[in-house]
Amino acid sequence: MAGKFHELDMYDLNGLLTDEERMVRDSVRDFVDRDVLPTIEAHHTAGTFPTEKLKTLGELGLYGPSLKGYGCPGLSNVSYGVAMMELERGDSGFRSAASVQGSLVMYPIWQYGSEEQKNKYLPKLASGELIGCFGLTEPDHGSNPGGMITRARRTADGWLLTGAKMWITNSPIADLAIVWAKVEEDGKDAIRGFIVEASTPGYSAPEIKGKWSLRASLTGELVFEDCHLPADAMLANSPANLKGPLSCLTQARYGIAWGAIGAAQACFDSAVHYSREREQFGKPIGAFQLTQKKLAEAAVEITKAQMLAWRLGRLKDAGTMTPIQVSVAKLNNVGIACDIASVMREIHGAMGITDEYPIMRHIMNLESVKTYEGTNDIHTLAIGREVTGLNAFF
Amino acid sequence: MNIGVLLKQVPDTESRIKINGDANGIEDGDIKWIVNPYDEFAVEQALQVKSAVGGEVVIFSLGSSRTLDAARTALAMGADRAVILDDDGFAGSDSLGVAASLAKAAQEEGIELLFAGKQAIDDDAVQVPQIVGTLLEWPVATAISSYEQDGDSVTVKREVGGGQTEVIKVTLPAVFTADKGLNSPRYASLPGIMKAKSKPVKRYTADDLGVEAGADNAKVTTDGYHMPPPRPAGRILDGELGDQVKELVKLLRQEAKVL
Repeated sequence: MAGKFHELDMYDLNGLLTDEERMVRDSVRDFVDRDVLPTIEAHHTAGTFPTEKLKTLGELGLYGPSLKGYGCPGLSNVSYGVAMMELERGDSGFRSAASVQGSLVMYPIWQYGSEEQKNKYLPKLASGELIGCFGLTEPDHGSNPGGMITRARRTADGWLLTGAKMWITNSPIADLAIVWAKVEEDGKDAIRGFIVEASTPGYSAPEIKGKWSLRASLTGELVFEDCHLPADAMLANSPANLKGPLSCLTQARYGIAWGAIGAAQACFDSAVHYSREREQFGKPIGAFQLTQKKLAEAAVEITKAQMLAWRLGRLKDAGTMTPIQVSVAKLNNVGIACDIASVMREIHGAMGITDEYPIMRHIMNLESVKTYEGTNDIHTLAIGREVTGLNAFF
Repeated sequence: MNIGVLLKQVPDTESRIKINGDANGIEDGDIKWIVNPYDEFAVEQALQVKSAVGGEVVIFSLGSSRTLDAARTALAMGADRAVILDDDGFAGSDSLGVAASLAKAAQEEGIELLFAGKQAIDDDAVQVPQIVGTLLEWPVATAISSYEQDGDSVTVKREVGGGQTEVIKVTLPAVFTADKGLNSPRYASLPGIMKAKSKPVKRYTADDLGVEAGADNAKVTTDGYHMPPPRPAGRILDGELGDQVKELVKLLRQEAKVL
């Protein structure tokens, strides 16, 4: 096992943070060291999530910390970012739980909900008293969410929801779901968001088993068999198109861009320790040029990823961040994290495949992070469209 | 009840300590400063007493301007306000000077109960809370591992070695120093960090308090600092086992001089 975590900080990211942001980082780092790392390998092996920790995440204020009002602290976006970075240094499953609750459940209510909806749900979601999930992806509609078949039909006193969603983080334990569905408006199909409580008859959320990634995270389906929803279940001010759910994903991807650095740092730190201690041919393997090349390249990529994430955070704080900028950081930072995790595993040799080290767990987790919240391919196409003005999606 | 916590900012245990050019201190530059870990137990206990009996928790810290960062962490955990003794008049104080200053500040603030860590992990002097108690003429219970308060009577346990536990009863006002295991310190929550920014911080100078502190009044002075000598490389004996044993005994007697 590696010793206490040493953060790589070659370009003084620390110096670019405010006092508040440093305190947030240190507090979440402490939580990860004390409350996540001691049991995470066991949970990963068993394929379980320590659900009692969801409440602790709420007490720490990790759900929607950059939202303002309704029981949310209103911290800077960089504070939120460094919190996600530290959480994912622990495990992508923990970061995913916080991302979903904050960015995909609380954000749409905060951004598009009525005052009643905000007051009813946000304080309880912020504290972790309620756990939510987000239903956009369907079994046959992933990168093409506009093709969704889940539909809400108007009834005399509300809505009738039918359809199914797939790959939904936390759905098996969620108290409510933000569900995106087609709605007929003026003879045409629109897309609207709905707050669906898990107690609604016809609602079920079976767990998806057999994952080899994000094993310490609960993933499920959402099935709606003629669910009757009250008239005020629709997010009052959501746009009539995909902009609603996509704006939520932009929030979540922002957190992922930071989170991936944490996973990369965990693997890198473990490899640096190992390379100093493991001896071959009479000297530490870190003294061999090929090992140093691996570590040096990882250090350079982590440094670049930190600068991308920090700049993106400051743009978000200034209110000028664009979805394409988020795509750049998500694509790059998750990509380098995947590469670094794999190369750091090589430095550990056979030891690297055991649960004595966090590397294989991060490698497995990052496979999901690479394709969820917009696959790296889709982000590449988005950036390609931005620079050429030409659409290569379909 | 007005509850005070004596809190010290110390270098992170992972910091690489370098001695400064004048060999009269350590280089500040690359050090990460943290709240003395034992003091976190003290803050937590103070917060628990507050939630049981009401009142406020006041953090007392003596040091340079960066000391405020450590106090802010305690404010983010839930303490109500901080009192910082940041003044050239305190610089170079010995334990007595630090304790006299903190005791006076606690008196000024009407503190009725004081917690501190059992020792600071930088100099390990284990003196300041005891001297504070002496100067205030309050009982002091050190290295406590449990705390139960009933009115102005407090029962604490102390691990005294050999698996033995000492149980003592103390009447308030009193000073308690916290051992590991007293409680599980809460995390500074994100909303707490946000609120800490606007919590009141009061500053005292040595003149304000009218105390004799600082280098000029120190009865204990530091002559200098030096790093421990580099450890020489180990030796591995070879040859027949019997010869190795003889050689080892000879070395232990003649070189190591431990036999």
